[in-house]
Amino acid sequence: MSAASAPFALVATTLAVAPATHAVAGVTGGAYRWLTFLVFALVIVATMVVTYLAAKRVRSAADFYTAGGGISGLQNGWAIAGDYLSAASFLGIAGLISLYGYDGFMYSVGWLVAYVTVLLLIAEPCRNIGKYTLGDILAYRNDPKKTRIVGALSVITVSTFYLTAQMVGGGVLVKALIGIDYEVSVVAVGVLMLGYVLFGGMVATTWVQIIKAVLLVAASIVIVMLVWTPYGFSLPAFMADVVGDPKVQAQVARLLGDPAKAMSAAELGQRFLEPGLYFKAPIDQISLGMALVFGTAGLPHILMRFFTVPTAQAARKSVVWAMGIIGGFYVLTLFLGFGAAKLVGPADIAAVDPGGNMAGPLLAQYIGGGADSLLGNFMLAFVSAVAFATIVAVVAGLVLAAASAIAHDLWVGVWRAGHDVSAQEQVFAARLATVLVGALAIAIGIAAKGQNVAVLVALAFAVAASANFPCVLLTLYWKRCNTTGIVAGMVVGTTVAVGLTLVSPNLSYPKIVRVAAHRVLDAEPAQRAALLEALGSGDATRIAQAGRGSVALDKAVRKARDDLHNVEGRETSFMGLEKPLLALKNPGLFSIPLGFLAVILGSLLGRDKRAERMWDEVYARQNTGIRVARTRAH
Amino acid sequence: MQSADSIDWAAVIADPRFQRLHRRKSSFLWGLMAFSVAYYFALPIGAAYFQDVFRIRVFGVINVGLLFALSEFVVAWAIALFYSRIANREFDALAGEIAADVGRRSRGRA
Repeated sequence: MSAASAPFALVATTLAVAPATHAVAGVTGGAYRWLTFLVFALVIVATMVVTYLAAKRVRSAADFYTAGGGISGLQNGWAIAGDYLSAASFLGIAGLISLYGYDGFMYSVGWLVAYVTVLLLIAEPCRNIGKYTLGDILAYRNDPKKTRIVGALSVITVSTFYLTAQMVGGGVLVKALIGIDYEVSVVAVGVLMLGYVLFGGMVATTWVQIIKAVLLVAASIVIVMLVWTPYGFSLPAFMADVVGDPKVQAQVARLLGDPAKAMSAAELGQRFLEPGLYFKAPIDQISLGMALVFGTAGLPHILMRFFTVPTAQAARKSVVWAMGIIGGFYVLTLFLGFGAAKLVGPADIAAVDPGGNMAGPLLAQYIGGGADSLLGNFMLAFVSAVAFATIVAVVAGLVLAAASAIAHDLWVGVWRAGHDVSAQEQVFAARLATVLVGALAIAIGIAAKGQNVAVLVALAFAVAASANFPCVLLTLYWKRCNTTGIVAGMVVGTTVAVGLTLVSPNLSYPKIVRVAAHRVLDAEPAQRAALLEALGSGDATRIAQAGRGSVALDKAVRKARDDLHNVEGRETSFMGLEKPLLALKNPGLFSIPLGFLAVILGSLLGRDKRAERMWDEVYARQNTGIRVARTRAH
Repeated sequence: MQSADSIDWAAVIADPRFQRLHRRKSSFLWGLMAFSVAYYFALPIGAAYFQDVFRIRVFGVINVGLLFALSEFVVAWAIALFYSRIANREFDALAGEIAADVGRRSRGRA
């Protein structure tokens, strides 16, 4: 091949590979976009009908916030699963498994174990003590105004972090799946969600979450059946085929770098089922595990779900159902992830999205018959619609939690404390707060376009675990806990979690970014030469590999140039640091113990007669459920 | 929050049945919780520091690490079912008795 025609050949290969990955116009093939929109329309219409029916039942604040406490344990279990299985866990974990094997699966475990904490310590007492919000639980035996203010601020903080991550992630996802503009996606998610919450309150939110969870589980079961049937439902046979696949072995070789050269193909494949391809620092993994296991019990939108059931028994039943559904889903994800690695291949998955988020949708398309088949595109459209419903359902739960903190805790509980607030005024305040939070979510979603928001989900869990969890746990179980302790715990837990994240490796450090970008750019000529050599080799497999390689290289180079451009003229991070002060990515390891310590020290230093006097009542009620019905009638 | 003023909460707490419920629940719940946390953190700790063990192959390519991760699901579910069995059978009965007595007494006073 002559030197002049070489770049041309590269461009031609790039063009030939591009349609297969649809990186530009969304995963859905142009010819089948009508199908995608049809499936989306069906899912949206179904949720609209539910909202219309629900809207008739929303008359009081209790209806709006907690569906009047009339949700059954089984229904609530599905709704918790729908509320919890965000796009991060639905698409992200399958993606991590498809790219990194074992570590991705290990990551999913913490998301389920979190519910043991919720079941044993939190769900039933909260049902017996609380009414609508986290603030209700804190205010029961402590100074109502002070604890409602710190509780509401923490709820708003956690919800806003989580909400921003969902809005940005959702916008990116919908754009990648069906190719509509990022801004349009964000507004569509926001407006639809506002429609559900505003008119249907908790009743509609619950049903949207149930519908989404059922669709998600159904879609996953169908795909897993199709993936697993050829192996006679044998796990060892399936796994043997995964690790024997050259695409998987190539991925491990790429991840390991030089040490891989001494390994055989079989060893490389087997390495995919061993730990250490994704998590490099064990301490990060343990810190993240702490944030998950203790943070879930402090997530306001999850806590709120326990106020929608009539009794502690129903709350218990709902967690057990939720654990069955969530855990079962993660087991299915094991097959989705490894199936995608085997059938689609890690390189093609990463070519569409470097984080692997498209593994599930791409697998659905492949299983249905590929990018050019009707069934393949129908399955892709279905999974995409479920992903869209997922974002809307999670966002609806978050907005409701934030709105209840503003309207119920701050407006009714603090601002209008001591006044008689009519039922109409309460519902109006709740709806007004919903509109405010919803509009804010859309605005933040658009403003944060292109930002790396993955850190925000981790941060939401860290704040929930370091501030909300110690406060709720100790006010329920420790006699000496009081107002000073709650205020101190909320302030210290939140500040430490956010503060440590701000000096962690999660932020971008211009000097480090520049070094990494230059490394990519400096290596480019040598890599190009190697690719050209492979293209000219005449060997079909090597040419195909080089084609994929050149797409990946183009992407990496473009990203390096963008990175350089983004940090131009900056020497330090947002916090004015040249490098991270702390190597820890998740602050939980430090911030959770400090949160507990703050509640304990604050309680011991401050005196609060009311908190001590009320202890008998709190402890008796949380254990026996006396007067739950009466509280609900208020 | 409204205070349920007609109930003598100190008397509820002093009730021997409540004390039994409290003791039984405390040891059971915190014990189960400690076990759950210990079992969960054994996974990341094992994956980080006992990789040689995790690598041992058991059935074909399936290794100890994969089986251990799968066992986390089974253990979490077993804890949930075990807890709800005990709670449905023992705790609910005791709590129900106490609550019914309180209901009778406060109705009697009114």
